[in-house]
Parts: sequence; C-alpha cells; structure tokens
Amino acid sequence: MADLSANFLGIKSPNPYWLASAPPTDKKYNVLRAFEAGWGGVVWKTLGSQIKNVSSRYSSVDYNGSRMMGFNNIELISDRPLAINLREIAECVRLFPDRAMVVSLMADNSREKWHELIGQVEDTGAHGLELNFGCPHGMNERGMGAAVGQDPEIARMVVEWVMEKATIPVITKLTPNVHSVVPSGRASVEGGTNGLSLINTIQSITGVDLDTLVPNPYVAGQSVFGGYCGPAIKPIALKMLTTISQDPITSRVPVSGIGGISTWKDAAEFLLLGATTVQVCTAVMKHGFRIIEDLCEGLSNWMDEKGFKTLNDFIGKSVPTITHWEDLDINYHIVAKINPDKCIHCGLCYIACEDTSHQSIKLAYGKPYNTYSVIEEECVGCNLCKLVCPVDDCITMVEQRKGEEYVNWKEFQRRGLPLNDH
Amino acid sequence: MALVNNRLTAEQYGENFSDIHPPFETRDAALVEANRCLFCYDAPCIKSCPTSIDIPKFIRQITTDNPKGSAYTILSANILGGGCSKVCPVEKLCEGSCVYNLMDEPPIPIAKLQRFSTEKAIAEKWPLFQRKPSTTKRVAVVGAGPAGLSCAHVLSREGIDVTVFEKESKGGGLMTYGIAAYKVTPQFCEDEVNFITSLGGIAINYNQELGKTVSLADLQQTYDAVYLGVGVGLARQLDIPGENLNGVEDAIRFIYDIRTKGYPAIPVGDKVAVIGLGMTAIDAATQAKRLGASEVTIVYRRTQAEMPCTETELNIAKLDGCRIMWLAAPQEIIGENGQVTQLICSLMQLGEPDASGRWSPVETGETMTLDVDMVIKAAGQMPFEALVSENHLENRKGKISINDACATNLRGVFAGGDCVNGGKEVVDAVQAGKDGAKAILKFLK
Repeated sequence: MADLSANFLGIKSPNPYWLASAPPTDKKYNVLRAFEAGWGGVVWKTLGSQIKNVSSRYSSVDYNGSRMMGFNNIELISDRPLAINLREIAECVRLFPDRAMVVSLMADNSREKWHELIGQVEDTGAHGLELNFGCPHGMNERGMGAAVGQDPEIARMVVEWVMEKATIPVITKLTPNVHSVVPSGRASVEGGTNGLSLINTIQSITGVDLDTLVPNPYVAGQSVFGGYCGPAIKPIALKMLTTISQDPITSRVPVSGIGGISTWKDAAEFLLLGATTVQVCTAVMKHGFRIIEDLCEGLSNWMDEKGFKTLNDFIGKSVPTITHWEDLDINYHIVAKINPDKCIHCGLCYIACEDTSHQSIKLAYGKPYNTYSVIEEECVGCNLCKLVCPVDDCITMVEQRKGEEYVNWKEFQRRGLPLNDH
Repeated sequence: MALVNNRLTAEQYGENFSDIHPPFETRDAALVEANRCLFCYDAPCIKSCPTSIDIPKFIRQITTDNPKGSAYTILSANILGGGCSKVCPVEKLCEGSCVYNLMDEPPIPIAKLQRFSTEKAIAEKWPLFQRKPSTTKRVAVVGAGPAGLSCAHVLSREGIDVTVFEKESKGGGLMTYGIAAYKVTPQFCEDEVNFITSLGGIAINYNQELGKTVSLADLQQTYDAVYLGVGVGLARQLDIPGENLNGVEDAIRFIYDIRTKGYPAIPVGDKVAVIGLGMTAIDAATQAKRLGASEVTIVYRRTQAEMPCTETELNIAKLDGCRIMWLAAPQEIIGENGQVTQLICSLMQLGEPDASGRWSPVETGETMTLDVDMVIKAAGQMPFEALVSENHLENRKGKISINDACATNLRGVFAGGDCVNGGKEVVDAVQAGKDGAKAILKFLK
C-alpha cells in the first residue's frame, strides 16, 4: 500500500490533507474532531487583532441541482480572543503530536506587531506559520490580507519582518486577485519565505436575490464582495499553482495547494502540478470531516495502480507537460467517433456541433430516435461532442495524424504550409 | 351473490380511490428529477407526444425557476396538459421513449413533472393566454370533451367567438365522465374546464345534445363553422345470449355512474367479469374491485402480446387483485330470475393475423364457465352511427370521415377526436382539436 505521509519543510503529517485556515479550524472543538476523523493537519484560522464578524456570512452558487458548486464568504479572521486561541492550539498540538499544526497569521501593519504575534504563536508548539496575504474582504480595506499580497514590495517587506523573528517554517499564502501570482510569489521567496500556499479566495458576488434585489450574502439590506471558493475555482487554482511550479524562483520552495479540492482526484491533480500538501475547506463545510476517509483511500488506491509508493514519486510530474501554445504539435489530429451501440440518441453532440462548432455531425431522422454519425472530414477534433455526451466512452476521439513528424506553429509558418480554405 | 352498493366505509372508499400517482410534494423533490433531464435535442419524448409538447423545455423551466414559462410551454401545446399528466399512458408515449430507457435507467417522470408545472396554473387560473381582438367570426363546437375544448381554446385565442354545446351538465367529456377516479377527480376536471374558459370568448351551453336540442342544420346556419367533437357512445354489444340480464353492465355507464353518483351509491357484484382489455376495461375492473367486489376476472380473447392496454395498466389491475383470463371469449351469459349467475366463455387459440396485424383468435371448441353476478362490457366503444347518418355525414361504420383539412363532407363542418378515430387517448383528441381549429381558421380566412 502506498505511503501517504507528507513532509512539508519538516512539518510532517500522516497524509497530505490539511484543513485550510477557515471556520472549520477556528477552535479546538472542531480541530480535535478533524484529527479524530483522520485529517493530516490543520492551518488554524488566522490570528491577529481581534475583530467582530457580521451575520450572515456565506452564500453559494448551485448548479443543476448540485449545491455549493461555488461558495463565498465574508467572514474575517478569528473573532475569538488571542489568548484562548493560543491555549487551544497548544492543547491540540499536545493531544495530536503527529498532525501538522500550522497557524495562519495576519498582524497589524508593523514589524513589532508581527514579531509579537509570531513569538506568542511559536510558544504554543505549532509547527509552522502561514502568512495570510490573501483575505480579499474586510481585512484588505484595513491594509491587510490581499492588500499585502497584491503588492509584491509590501509582501517582500512583511515576509522580511517575519523571517527576522520566526524560528519555525513560514508559508506565505498568495492571493489570486492579481493578474499573476508570480510577482508576489517571487517577492515572498526573495524575502525569505520557506514555502508558499495558494490560492486564497477570489473576490466575488455569487448572485443577486431577485426578490430583494440585494446581492448575497445579505446583511441588513446590504452586501459586500466575498471570497469565492469551492469546486468552481479549482481550474483557476490549478493554473496559478502551475505558474508557481514553472517559475525558476518560486519553484525553489514547496507549495501547499488550495482551491476547490473536494475529492482524492482533485488532490492528485494538485500534487501532479507541484503541490506537496493540499488544503481543504469548502468540501468539509458541505459534508463534514468524514470525507477524509475517501480522500485517503482513493489516493492510495490510485497510487497503487500507478505504482507510486510515496507522494514524492509524482509531485510535480505533470508540470513539464504544460507548454507554450507555439510548441504544440499541429500535425496531431483527432476525430470524433460515435459508438452506435452506446448512443442513446439524445442529440446533444449534434446540436452542440451544429450550432456552435463545425457542423461535423450528421443527423439521420428517426421517430422517435434520430441516429448521429461524424462527418470525419469536417471534424476538427475539438472534443466538444465528447464533453456533452452523457454516456461514458460513447464518443471517443481517434487519432488521425496529419503528418508523421512533429510540426509546431513556428515551423508551420516557416514552411509556408497551407491554412484552412473554408 | 348479488349486486350490492355501499360495501365499504368512507375511509375505505377514500383510500381505494385516492390519487394513484401522487404529485411531488415539494419543489425540491421535483428538482431532483427535473435536473436529471438531459435536455435532448429533437427529443424522442416530444416526438412521442401526440401534441408535441416541448418536454425538455418545460422541464428546464422547472430547473430555472420559471414556473409560468413551464406551464405555458405545456399548455400552449396541449391545453389539457394538466389532465393529460394524470391520464396519459405515458409508458407508451413520452416516458416510453425517454433516452434513459436506453441506458436501462428509469425514464424522467415526465407526467409527474408536467403535473407539477400545470396544477398550480390551473388551480390559480394563471392568465397565461391572451385572446386576440374579436374577429366577429363565430364557431360552434359540439362536445366539451378534450377535442372540443382544445379546438375552442385555439379558436378563441385567435379572436373567434366560440359557443360549445355539451349534452352533459359538465365539461371535460371522457376526462370528467370516463376515467378511473383514482387517476383524475371530477373536481380537477371542472377546474381544468374553468381554466380553459377563463381565456374568454368560449361559452359552454350545457345539457344541449346534438340531434335532440340542437340540430346540425341550425348550427350550420347560425355559425361560420361547426366543429364536431362528439366522441363515442356506449360499449360495443357482445351480441351473445343473456346480454339483457340484470347485472350486465356497460363499462362506460358504470364509470359514468362512479364519477357522478359517488362511490357508496354504485352497486357492484361479489364476482365480476369484465369483457375486454383496453384502458376502459382496466378502469372498470380495478374500480369494481375498489368498490368492494371480492373477485374480478378480466376476460380477453387474445394474449398479452396483443392486448390494447399498456403493461403499466395491466399491472394496476393485477396489483388490485384482478384475475386475467387470456384466450377466452364470452359465449353466453346465464341467469336465474333475470339475474346474471354465470358467464360461459369459449376458449380460444391464436390463428392467422387479422386486418390489424394481430393474430386473430379462433375457437378451440372448449368452454369454461365462470360463476359471476356481474358482467361489465368493455370491448370497445360504439360510434354514434345513427346520429352521424341522420345528419348525412359521410362515415365508416359511424366514424365520421374527414379529409386532410379535418373537413367533413358538409361545407363548414369539421370533426375530430374519438368520433373520427373511434376512440383513442385524450391526448390524441387534444391534438385533433388543435388540427381542427387550424383548419377552421384557414377556412374562415
């Protein structure tokens, strides 16, 4: 059986699954329940100057009957007294010494405040610190959170303050509310951070209540931009993670991946694109801590099937396959093939291709069932029909190379090869 | 052995005749199923609906929280879409062709979703349709059944003033008077008729019967066009000895009585035989059982492969405890003191295919005798042959002949529904009414 244990800058956990800094990690009661359920570690909800939260705090996007496909919150950092948080952290570390205890921090904007907070947290026995440079609501209006992470120079400065004091590993959490996460990531690494984590939530409005006409979440007739997370943001997180994994400076430090991780498959994808551990929040807020079981079992079974004995065997393995568009092979060509035995005649491939693509699917009328077939010479191999088809493996994409050799766009142009004529 | 009414308690009647297909209790429940719909293109379910309701669209409108749009999508194609959601044999229509069947998965419960989308619209009389300004053209519709009402609604929307002549005291036709009470209640039928007429421009004159209180000649003279949707009459005669004995009942009348007089008033035998295996036979057999008959036997002269009812309907009868006697044809009804005591059946075997393509049953020479005190005839319905002939309407054995434009041989007289096809589903009659209205509108131009 595969070894799921993770080692992030010496912070060890029995599996790569940490709970992200968020409501599920804001007190001992929840954290102990999480550890009992089997979570590998937690990032304790952000500590700083005590704040006050509002009601309500969350809203979500449902899709086709699935709840919380996207999730949004306007909660701030911990609203509990610092002393209580520190005491509870110490108790959790004592009760579960084999689990990772990382504490998220967001001090007020001064070297002294950061140093003071770091000293207090280190006294708890926590294994690492995570700098919250990402919170997109409330705190940034006070010059903290994303306001730090969005400006590489401020991020560098704060990391430098932190590194002056910290004696345990420091992870800097990046905000996605920027054109690219790389500049802030580089600044943080150059400032001395030991690791990175990403992404924090994405500024959002999940929707407008069509009765009250006030956006969600509703607070006494008003709302604010919230932080978007959940399965909907996973593709964005994966892309941002990959840019960090590819960059020569940011790739020097390990990364804890965050953003819509709900299943073991999501986790495997984050690891393949360079994450050493992953952090989960929305999925447990929807289902509770019990999902850790399948997160571990699924990953372990997949690793066994692929022959990966440890996480290090595949961390970052997919990164080199992400290239530049100009390096893609233009001679590679695939065409759709519909398996008539599996087809249920729903016509979804046909109408998608007919209305929005290349008119490459032929409809033969039948009552009540039409039959559909691919016009191979028109098919550009875009995958759309296969993506909309509700039956697994009914539509497959079959390779029909345009030429033997690899030809990329530059070479294509250099040779003056013909473009489409219709 | 005797025909006895009031066999059960009020609770038992209530339970036996309660809704056989209960509705979704909540919107969430409907959404679970609505979200399963794949939104097929050129969907098989639409092609399998005689009225071509855009089913994927109305289901999608449930999911997008557009209940008015959903109701409109249904009712603009089928103004009796509410009733049809309760009485359609969907297993051989829309649901029968749902692509999920091809995945060996349960089909989308289209009827249940259709009921979800229409029930509120009908109960609250949502003003989904607006009439065009009156054209001053006037059309008489004979029969306020599904064909007539559907025709009237289309015509009125186009600004035609419609007068409907109905021989009964309520509208709805077969829906109101000829369907098992556990499928659709008379109250729902009344609400549905009221919903249809809430459009305006449709006046229904009740207790007016063609050939008695109304004459076709008068209608032709007074109105710019006439639409006949008079349906079909009583059950076909068995033409066997003993048919006039007490206890031999016509299924149509039996069901009519159940729907008009209340369950306790309806006498039913201890041992009942039902002749035939169409939808009406099932409705008669199951309701005889539900009124308290101890034994109900359905007698059918062919086999399950040829039966006109659907398997779903047959299963209702079986679950109600009705027995099916396959390959048996009624030969003679025996009585004592004028009262039915026995039904003698010829045992059949399948011979050559007949005109309908089904194997025709031939007698084996053997018989079987059933002890019964009630025989319900449900072997098809008879067209109003005399009425049709008296009015010089061309017909085939009483079924009115029409051309491609729904027109009869009489100028300005159109017809459709059961009186033309001899008796099909409610949904077929609704489409016939739409076709008739379209033809009339063209004729009036």
